[in-house]
Amino acid sequence: MAFLEIRNLCKRFGAAEVLKRIDLSLERGGFLVLVGPSGCGKSTLLNTIAGLETVSEGEIRINGRRVNELRPSDRDIAMVFQSYALYPNMTVAQNIAFGLEMRGVPKAERERAVREVAETLQISRLLARRPSQLSGGQRQRVAMGRALVRKPQVFLFDEPLSNLDAKLRVDMRTEIKQLHLNLGTTIVYVTHDQVEAMTLASVIAVLKDGEVQQFGTPEKIYNEPANIFVADFMGSPSMNLVSVDVVRANGATAVALARADGEPALLQVADSNGALRERAGQSVILGIRPEAVTDIDGADRHARNVVRVACIAEVVEPTGSDTYVVAKLGGRDFVARMRADADVAPKSQTVFAFNMDRAAFFDPKTELRIA
Amino acid sequence: MTGAAAPAPASTVLVRAAIYTLLLIFAVYYLLPLFVMVVNSLKELNEIRQGNMLALPQQVTIEPWKSAWSTAQIGVQPTGLRPYFLNSIMMVVPAVAISTLLGALNGYVLTKWRFRGDTVIFGLMLFACFIPFQIVLIPMARILGMIGLAGTTPGLVLVHIVYGLGFTTLFFRNYYAAFPTELVKAAQVDGAGFFRIFGRILLPSSGPIIVVTVIWQFTNIWNDFLFGASFADFDSLPMTVALNNLVSSSTGVKEYNVHFAGAIMAALPTLLVYIVAGRYFVRGLMAGAVKG
Repeated sequence: MAFLEIRNLCKRFGAAEVLKRIDLSLERGGFLVLVGPSGCGKSTLLNTIAGLETVSEGEIRINGRRVNELRPSDRDIAMVFQSYALYPNMTVAQNIAFGLEMRGVPKAERERAVREVAETLQISRLLARRPSQLSGGQRQRVAMGRALVRKPQVFLFDEPLSNLDAKLRVDMRTEIKQLHLNLGTTIVYVTHDQVEAMTLASVIAVLKDGEVQQFGTPEKIYNEPANIFVADFMGSPSMNLVSVDVVRANGATAVALARADGEPALLQVADSNGALRERAGQSVILGIRPEAVTDIDGADRHARNVVRVACIAEVVEPTGSDTYVVAKLGGRDFVARMRADADVAPKSQTVFAFNMDRAAFFDPKTELRIA
Repeated sequence: MTGAAAPAPASTVLVRAAIYTLLLIFAVYYLLPLFVMVVNSLKELNEIRQGNMLALPQQVTIEPWKSAWSTAQIGVQPTGLRPYFLNSIMMVVPAVAISTLLGALNGYVLTKWRFRGDTVIFGLMLFACFIPFQIVLIPMARILGMIGLAGTTPGLVLVHIVYGLGFTTLFFRNYYAAFPTELVKAAQVDGAGFFRIFGRILLPSSGPIIVVTVIWQFTNIWNDFLFGASFADFDSLPMTVALNNLVSSSTGVKEYNVHFAGAIMAALPTLLVYIVAGRYFVRGLMAGAVKG
C-alpha cells in the first residue's frame, strides 16, 4: 500500500468539473510532481490533499488513513505557498514556530526546533527579522523552514520557485532536491515548469483539463510519452511532431516525411514495430525530440537505426553548448540539435541524422501513442 | 551653475507667495469660529455684551468653563455638562469598540470564509450606510421598548452599533479583500482555527483600518444628536443633547460665555481623536487604494 493514495478523485465547482477521476499513488520518501499548463487543476489537486478544498468524490489516504474529512491541521501535512505566505506581523522565528505553538508544543521545545531548522536552512541570522526585511530567496527559505519544523508526513509545495529570479530558482531547485535526499521526506510538488518537474521528481503526473494525461517516472514521461499533449509539453525545445505516411517498402516498414524540396524522405522503422505495420497506407504523427536529430558525427553510436535525411537548413541558432538547426520537414518547422562545432550554414543543404530508436508514433485522431 | 543653489526665477517666487497667501487666508477663515469661541468663553458676560466678538478678553476668567462644566442650568437641573459628558463617554466607548470589532469580524468572514450569498449580504449591509437616520427612528423605538432598553445608555449603544455596522463592515471588507488569502490558508495548515487566525494574523495587520474606523465611528457617535434626543432619558442624555438644552434653556439671561465654553467641551474629544490618530486616517484610507 502506497504512502499517499489518491483514488478516483473528483472535484466539481457547481457544474464545472475541475478534477476528473484522478488516481495517483506515492511511496514513502517519494517526490511527486504535478505538472501542467495553468488551469489544468494541479493546484486544486494539491489543495484537496491539503484539505483546503473539499472533495466531491473519491478518497485520499495518507499512510493508510483516510483524510477526506480531516481538517488541514489534522492531516499531518505542511505546505509551502507560492507567495510564501509568511505572517507579516511576526518575526522569522515566530513564523517558523507558529505551527508548533498552535499544537501546544512547550516554548523551550519550540525554540530548540526553530534553531535546528534554521541551521539546516542557514537562516539562523535572520530569526529576529520580519518578513518585510527579507529578500525573495530568504523568504522562500523561511517558508520551507515553517514546513520542515513540524516534521509532517507529507510536504506540499505550490509552485514555490515561480516568484524567484531565474538564477536563484536554479539554486533553490538544487537545494530542495538536496533537502529531499537528506531528510527522506515525502513531497508533492506543483509546478508549470517542465524542467523543474524533470529535475526534481521521482514520479511525475502530467495534468490537463483536470485529467491525468500520464503518470510515471521522469524517464518514462520523457522517452515514452503517452500522448501528443505530454510529448509536446515536456522537454525544451519541445518534441518535433509532424504528420507522416506509413509505407511498406522492400518488406520493411517506413514512414514518408515530406520535404520542402524534392521527394519525401523514407525513414525506416524497426520491423519489430508491429503496430505501425498494421497502419500501412495511413497517416500517423511522428514525434522525435530535437536531440534525436543531429548532425552525422553527433549521432548516437549505440543507436541501431539511424536514418540520414538531406534537407535545407532554414535557420541556425547557436546557443554555445549546442546549435539548433531549424528545417522545413513534414510541412512544419523541425528542430534538430547539433553539436556546437557542426558545420552548418543557413539556407544550405544539410544532412540530418535521425535516431529512429527514439521516435514515437501517435494516432492523429485519438492523439494516443501507438508505437 | 556657479552658486550652491540657483536663484529661483521671480515668477516662481511670486506664484509661491500667492499660493501661501491664499492658504493663509483660508486657514484664518476656517479658524476664526474657533477663535471666537475660545476668546469669548474666557470673557465676562458684560464684556461680550459690549459687542466686539473678535477682541481679546480684557480680563481673562475661567468662570464660564467652571459654570458650564458643573453648575449651569441644563433643562431643569443645575448640574452643568459633567454628567452628560460622562454619559457620552459611557455610550461612545463601548459603541465604537463593539461596532469596530464586529465590522472586522464581518469583513473577515465576507472575504476569507466566503459562502453562498455572501455578496448579497454584503450588499444589504452596504444599504445600511445609505438609510437616513429618520427612517429607523420609530421601528428602533419599538424594538428598544420591547427589549427593555428604552431610555438607557445601553439602548443608545445598541442603536449606534447597529447603525454603524454597515460602515465598519464596508471598511474592513475592503481592507481584507486585499489581504492575501494564502496567509489564511497557511494558518489553517499550521493548525489555527477561525478566531485564532482572526486574532493572530488579521487583526495585528489591521492597524490603519482600525484607526480609520475608530475615528469615523467616534466622531459620528459622539456628534450624534437625533438618536440621543429620541432614545435617551434625562439621566442618559448624551453631551450633544445636553449642550442644546444648555443653550436653548429659556429662563434667565443668555450666558454666551458659558455656551461657548460648553460647545468647546462638546467638541474637544473628537478634536483630540483627530489630533492623536489623524495622520493614520489619510494613510489608512489610501492603503487599499494603491496596492492590491
